Amino acid sequence: MRESWIIARKELNSFFDSLVAYILLIAFLGFSGFFTWLWGSDVFYHKQASLNTFFNVALWSLFFFIPAITMRQFAEEKKSGTIELLLTKRLTDRQLVIGKYLACILLVAIALAFTLPYYVSIARLGNIDHGSTITGYLGLLLMSSAYVSIGLLASSLTNNQIVAFLMALLAGVVFQFILGSVGSGQTGWIGSLLMDLSIPHHYDSMSRGVIDTKDVLYFLALTFLGLMLTEVVISKRK
Amino acid sequence: MDILIEGLSKAYDNQKAVDNISFEVRTGEIVGFLGPNGAGKTTTMKMITQFISPDAGRITIGGKVIAKENIRGSIGYLPENNPLYEDMPVMDYLAFCGQLQGIRKNQLDQRVREMIVMCGLNEEKHKKIGELSKGYRQRVGLAQAMIHDPAILILDEPTTGLDPNQRVEIRELIKRLGMHKSVILSTHILPEVEATCDRILIINKGQIVANGTAETLRSQATGKSILLVDIEGAPRPVIEKELRSMPGITGVGLSPDHRLLEIECTDSQQTARSVYKMCVSKDWMLLQMSPVETRLEDIFRNVTLN
Repeated sequence: MRESWIIARKELNSFFDSLVAYILLIAFLGFSGFFTWLWGSDVFYHKQASLNTFFNVALWSLFFFIPAITMRQFAEEKKSGTIELLLTKRLTDRQLVIGKYLACILLVAIALAFTLPYYVSIARLGNIDHGSTITGYLGLLLMSSAYVSIGLLASSLTNNQIVAFLMALLAGVVFQFILGSVGSGQTGWIGSLLMDLSIPHHYDSMSRGVIDTKDVLYFLALTFLGLMLTEVVISKRK
Repeated sequence: MDILIEGLSKAYDNQKAVDNISFEVRTGEIVGFLGPNGAGKTTTMKMITQFISPDAGRITIGGKVIAKENIRGSIGYLPENNPLYEDMPVMDYLAFCGQLQGIRKNQLDQRVREMIVMCGLNEEKHKKIGELSKGYRQRVGLAQAMIHDPAILILDEPTTGLDPNQRVEIRELIKRLGMHKSVILSTHILPEVEATCDRILIINKGQIVANGTAETLRSQATGKSILLVDIEGAPRPVIEKELRSMPGITGVGLSPDHRLLEIECTDSQQTARSVYKMCVSKDWMLLQMSPVETRLEDIFRNVTLN
């Protein structure tokens, strides 16, 4: 764990040393803030003291935001050869994967933490449902965790960052749209299986304030599977 | 710590990169790993450092068998092309590597400082690695390999791309450090091996083709010796003809600079005596005569070309 934390801290530092973290934070906050407060079916349009609008927008910002932070994690290490440097030190493949995962999910958590003023503002405007807001944030975090592990897997498969980004995005499209829309057209167990595998199916109820163990387990399983496959890919090196 | 390698093999897609290699490196020994590109040097080093696992064979380090036990902590490794995090400052990078090698917090600062002094990085320590010249980057690579004071150093081409002065400096550094460690270093620069290493291993097509000190390799390789002579008193063709007719001389030719005669013979001492006697008897002037040591280049070419 200590080793993973060393990696996570180094990665977080390099996010903030380069412009990556700032650009993504500004983009995320700008995008989600614009659609939450200023435009379209925003908070004032709904006239409800709830963060539902934000949760729907944040989902889409994270959809692009996460592949952008995970794409370089392994692809760059492989391209520059620094992965050899890391994995010949007192560090196992698993510790490296966990370290990278921690760094990415922490950056997402930091981005989400910056939206807490939205929560405070709305809570002062009206009677907010604290419970559903908390589950909404939890849902966002769990969903991000699944996307981070998919992104890391994509990054471990190539040494080209753009390819890693596109692969992660494609996997996101599959989980976000394709499974659900194909599943809704099918009947029987295939239909329900596909629906069960799609991300919105699990995320929507959480953002409305319902915590179901099934949903939590779904995101945790996806995260676990992604990280495990990443470790397998990393360990198969030449 | 001693390194013992037995029957090591590794193949990539049916192509054997390393084929049943066995050798030993003792504590305090610097072993030079030579071979043409693609001979299997880097693959062997990657297996010793546990980056890749061998298909067959056993690596024992300090009595512990690799793969069963994690001994990465006692190895310092400078990979080929010296990969570094360009956007990290030198000190942060060394601290990061030290932490990964398990150095405790209270000793970390001191170790980093020691490495900076030892590798001559003091003036560059706050710069980002990407801003450093090649020589300094190489020093950073060496510093990260040695930060945890490992018993074993594996250096893959530590002096590539350095100018002659830097090369001498790095070589001296390796020699100084290598006194109490087991060092394996690979290089293409042959004089460097002679200057730095106690023993030479030449590897070709995945197999070891020569193993010994520079002297033993030379004596093994000298099936024939070479004498350079300069004789005055007769036209050159006459002298050449006379030399060719002498017993023990297998060939006569011109030296590369066309000023001296090059005599190939089986026993240089015996031949030198008879050449002298011949000159006396013909009343020719013997202006110069010197034996030529077989060069390492020739040995290298001999064992790797066929």
